Amino acid sequence: MRTFREFLNRLQFFRRRAQFDREMHEEVQFHIESRAAELEDQGVSKDEALRRARAEFGSVRLAREDSREAWQFQGLEHLLMDLRVGLRVLWRSPGFSILAILCLTLGIGANAAVFSWVEGILFRPYPAVAHQERLMALSGISRGETGITLLSWPDYLDLQRNSRLFDTFFVSKITGTTLSIGERAERTLGSIVSANYFDAIGVHPILGRGFLPGEDVGSRSHPVTVISYQLWQGRFKGDPEVIGKTQRLNGVTHTIVGVAPQGFYGTFVGWAMQFWVPASMEEIFESGGYKLEDRNARWIESYARLKAGVTAQQAQQEISAVAGRLEHDYPLTNRGRSVRLWPLWETPFNNAGTLLPTLGIMLAVVVCVLLIACANVGNLLLVRSFARRHEMSVRAALGAGRGRLLKQLLTEGLLLSLLGACGGLLVAHWCHHALVLLFPARGGVSMYLPGDIDWRVLALTSAVCLVSTLVLGVVPAIQTSKLDLAAALKTEMGGVVGGHGKSWARSGLVVVQVCLSFVLLVGMGLVIKSLDKIRSASPGFTTHRVLTTSVDLVSAGYDIQQAKTFQNELMDRVLALPGVEAAAFARLTPLSFGSYSSSPIFVDAYNVPAEEAPTVEYDEVGPGYFATMGIPLVSGREFTRADDESAASVAIVNETMAAQFWKSSNPIGERVQVKGRWMTVVGVAKDSKYESMRELPRPFFYVPRRQNFAIPAILTIRTPLTPEKMASLLGREIHALDPNLALYEVITLQEQVDRSTSAQKAAVTLLGVLGALALLLAAIGLYGVMSYAVSQSTRELGLRLALGARATDILRLVMSRGLALTLGGVGLGAAASLGLTRWLGNYLYRVSPRDPLAFAAAFVVMLLAMVAACILPAWRATRTDPMRALREG
Amino acid sequence: MAKNDTQLLPGTLFLLILKSLARGPLHGYAIAKRIKSASDDGLEIEDGSLYPALNRLLVKGWLRAEWGTSENNRKARFYRLTAEGRKQLHAEARDFDKLVKSIQLVMRTV
Repeated sequence: MRTFREFLNRLQFFRRRAQFDREMHEEVQFHIESRAAELEDQGVSKDEALRRARAEFGSVRLAREDSREAWQFQGLEHLLMDLRVGLRVLWRSPGFSILAILCLTLGIGANAAVFSWVEGILFRPYPAVAHQERLMALSGISRGETGITLLSWPDYLDLQRNSRLFDTFFVSKITGTTLSIGERAERTLGSIVSANYFDAIGVHPILGRGFLPGEDVGSRSHPVTVISYQLWQGRFKGDPEVIGKTQRLNGVTHTIVGVAPQGFYGTFVGWAMQFWVPASMEEIFESGGYKLEDRNARWIESYARLKAGVTAQQAQQEISAVAGRLEHDYPLTNRGRSVRLWPLWETPFNNAGTLLPTLGIMLAVVVCVLLIACANVGNLLLVRSFARRHEMSVRAALGAGRGRLLKQLLTEGLLLSLLGACGGLLVAHWCHHALVLLFPARGGVSMYLPGDIDWRVLALTSAVCLVSTLVLGVVPAIQTSKLDLAAALKTEMGGVVGGHGKSWARSGLVVVQVCLSFVLLVGMGLVIKSLDKIRSASPGFTTHRVLTTSVDLVSAGYDIQQAKTFQNELMDRVLALPGVEAAAFARLTPLSFGSYSSSPIFVDAYNVPAEEAPTVEYDEVGPGYFATMGIPLVSGREFTRADDESAASVAIVNETMAAQFWKSSNPIGERVQVKGRWMTVVGVAKDSKYESMRELPRPFFYVPRRQNFAIPAILTIRTPLTPEKMASLLGREIHALDPNLALYEVITLQEQVDRSTSAQKAAVTLLGVLGALALLLAAIGLYGVMSYAVSQSTRELGLRLALGARATDILRLVMSRGLALTLGGVGLGAAASLGLTRWLGNYLYRVSPRDPLAFAAAFVVMLLAMVAACILPAWRATRTDPMRALREG
Repeated sequence: MAKNDTQLLPGTLFLLILKSLARGPLHGYAIAKRIKSASDDGLEIEDGSLYPALNRLLVKGWLRAEWGTSENNRKARFYRLTAEGRKQLHAEARDFDKLVKSIQLVMRTV
């Protein structure tokens, strides 16, 4: 308490320093004059009295200094002085300063940027949502299976009702839809939520209300919606009277009851939600009809918030117990099923799970880059500390304590990292939404991958800054602590290029840098090779000259019969267009982020108990699909128009399925049971990729659309025309059939494949940028060390030249020293890489983590960088003038 | 004027200043004079060390300073005990008494 008051008093003094000097002067003056007056009264002459009074007082200046010191923060004054000196030192050698600060800016900036992404995406993904740290995601799991399922609505309600360790449960299921306001329709994303959603997450609409209890009950019973701030501003121009207005979602009119606050993007990592609807409206957005009372329909994505103080483990135990009771009460639907809680950053049903490994790798990489940057600056400081030996010796000789000198050096380190951190935060700020740039937007839906710089990022940056300060300050301090001028001079006399002397610290740092950048280069090589493999791998269908698009009939309110008629008429018109070689409808096209239908499969020759029947995914495709997509048929025939409702049910299986279910025998003519219907296999298609370019061959089959009709359909067209040209042709045909319909974007299949590999591409781009950065920094480090070595060995070089060494000998001498350092680093780096690259496992496609080509490429690049870094110092060494070198020593 | 040789015990300067202010605010010169006269010229504070000491007491919050006019109508800086300063004075006086008594005891008995 007392010290705090003192602190406040001192602070006050700090504010009125000038006044203090004046007052002190007046006070002393008064004192001396009073004393003089007294002496005068005793009969001393006026002048003599004043003289004596002054003499008695002693040094006025000393009294003033001492008095002022009483008020000052001594540490602070010293710090200010150190800062001033530090700034002067930096100012005096701008080349060094700029280089050092630039290195730190890049190192710290890369870290701050990745921190902000990690935090914004994994740890606090939902701006404005209350108590995210206690939120967990819920998913279903099945015993003996690795994948997850979603939850059914009745199970969710039971979990909520029977759990005691949770504050709240809520549902937020992403859904894509067609939003029509007035005449204009567009594709957009929203969430189907439980009625308590906005209360549960603590987000309050800025206009209107959230949902009312009971609005998530019933079938199509509450067509209300809350819209995002973005949508309100964009489509409604911020209309204050928007509450009560309507918009059509998938063709159904919804009344707007609320507007969400700015900066709230919903609860789905990766995308910005534009609207929210209560679960009672799910039929409008989800296939499969009314599901709120169906325990077998597992479709909801839900979250729960733990009560304060409850651990994830306790919560999981309670949830498992409740799920166990459900399994007991509802064996028909819940046998073998349980429920699992996930931390937000592992949420299995949004992009958190996909981004987790990417961000993990990036974090490791940026730490590497920071280490390299620090090593670089440390090296620069070391070199400079030699140059400053004289200054330090003089200061030590004048009585500066070792602690005081250390403080000075630390202050200089702090200054450097502080400037670096400022630059770094700027860099991070610019990279704010850079992640979004790496993932292409799809069809006008906006991505949201936040990277906000809040106090946590600042705290982490400060921590990084502090650590680097210690590193940067201590390195030269070690040198200084061994302050021994004579010995230091002797070191300098020894040839640095020749490899004697105490250059181990600098060389060590360079070896570490080379090692780290080699690891990054190998990683980069592996990911690039893998991406190349993915690119060149055949997806099993033609990607060029095939276009894909769709028309949203569900939103337009078409029933099944209308949809069939429309699609038939459109197909006729498309096939008649000039330039169209083939065309077909399919419910889904490969790698399009949709989910295929699936069913347990029974075949005559493959007898298994009913509950163990393997589930296989399939696609519903129209006549000519295989010809359009360029998927070759191994045997049998393609679907035709004759395979319609009235004809016998047929199917086409892929090679893997044929091999798995019918072993060696030919499946053509065999029967397969799908969802209780027997179908005859009429063809075998080559395997292709279905969901991901990296997937392994798996069983898959096709059924005719006409026999398994669903309204949503993707149109595929084989044509040499460009997507733009085709879009305008198609637009005209569709308009002719129904002027109210709109066409989605027309893209090539290649574009679709590219979009599906965007995560790999993002990883490659980021690793590429950071790897190049690391290489540059390492090269600068090598260059610095070699230049310094050469400049310090002019005498040795001069001597060698005088004794008849040729320029090539000198060149070889210097280059071999650089080569030795590089090889040392590469050796260490290769050893480290062998252990580390397996962490890339998930990103590699048909590339071994120990791929020799990647290692060789990294080695060559490293060697080239080495040559580039050493050539200038080496050339300078050959230009040493022997006479001058010997004379000056 | 010859300097008195009596040296102040370390730490007693604060005590003397506080004590001399116990009866009311004084300016710096008056403090020096009061200590000198009260000690029958036995103690004299070096003028040079008075002001740093006063400032240290201000920092601690035991004194407050304000400008006023002296007896001869000149502008002067007056120091006044704060409540905490008064407490401190009592505490230090008690300690000092104890110390002196102890020393006296030793001097008499040994």
